[in-house]
Amino acid sequence: MPEPRRVSSATGCPKRYFAAEVERLLDRLYGTALRMTRDSNDAEDLVAEALTKAWAKFDTLQDRRSFEKWVFRILVNTYISGLRRRQARPEEQGVEDDDALDRFSLFEQVHQPFLLWWGNPEQQLLDKLLREDIERALDALPDGFRMVVIMVEVWGLSYAEAAETLNVPLGTVRSRLNRGRALLQRALWRQASQLGIAASPSGGGDK
Amino acid sequence: MTRDIRCEDVIEKLLEFLDRELDPQTEAELAHHMEHCRACFTRAEFERQLRSKVADVGQSEAPDRLRLRMRALMERF
Repeated sequence: MPEPRRVSSATGCPKRYFAAEVERLLDRLYGTALRMTRDSNDAEDLVAEALTKAWAKFDTLQDRRSFEKWVFRILVNTYISGLRRRQARPEEQGVEDDDALDRFSLFEQVHQPFLLWWGNPEQQLLDKLLREDIERALDALPDGFRMVVIMVEVWGLSYAEAAETLNVPLGTVRSRLNRGRALLQRALWRQASQLGIAASPSGGGDK
Repeated sequence: MTRDIRCEDVIEKLLEFLDRELDPQTEAELAHHMEHCRACFTRAEFERQLRSKVADVGQSEAPDRLRLRMRALMERF
């Protein structure tokens, strides 16, 4: 009978619930910590510190159904306060106007509308992009941009939730997300060009 | 009630569309456009697949050491 189990997971022994959720989410928490810290030892420490904090305030979590996002936000905040300890103003990263950069699109680089009968270059590029390529491009993003991309693309936070977590205005989330995505796509494009896995329709041009 | 919009408008709002951040009216307009426009549909599909590849890197097998450390930590909770 699944019904009683669901009830117990929503209201049952806090410690058992917490441990089971951590077990279930650990690969995602570690993976995210790894992309934030870019170092496996730091990532392990970050997860341990964040989960210790999460347990300490577990009784403030109103609704266990939001455990996942709740614990993720604690992970983010733990990482950011760690940054603040090490550097004075990690979140001061401004987004300078650069429309051309913000409009950079990997799709536009590879898409060849008039050569469809030669194949599907954008699909070929996607198929050839390795996890390692994505990791390298993401790791190269400055902290402020990387965090927002991770929050929205990896954890599926809404812009409002991301803004609240980072304690910044909604517009800041939007501009960092735009820039972060553009930088990510440009980095992927550069890597792909260097590796020869993408042919530019214009013959190797890199805007 | 959806009004016709241009490809440029779709491209402009595509990422917000995929993030489900548009108001319902605009979202419906984009969805409607993409049912008829192969270029925009292809572009949306590309962004969707790229995004799912990005999402995948947020998951890494936790080392046994961390798993054991967390279990030991929770014993003490």
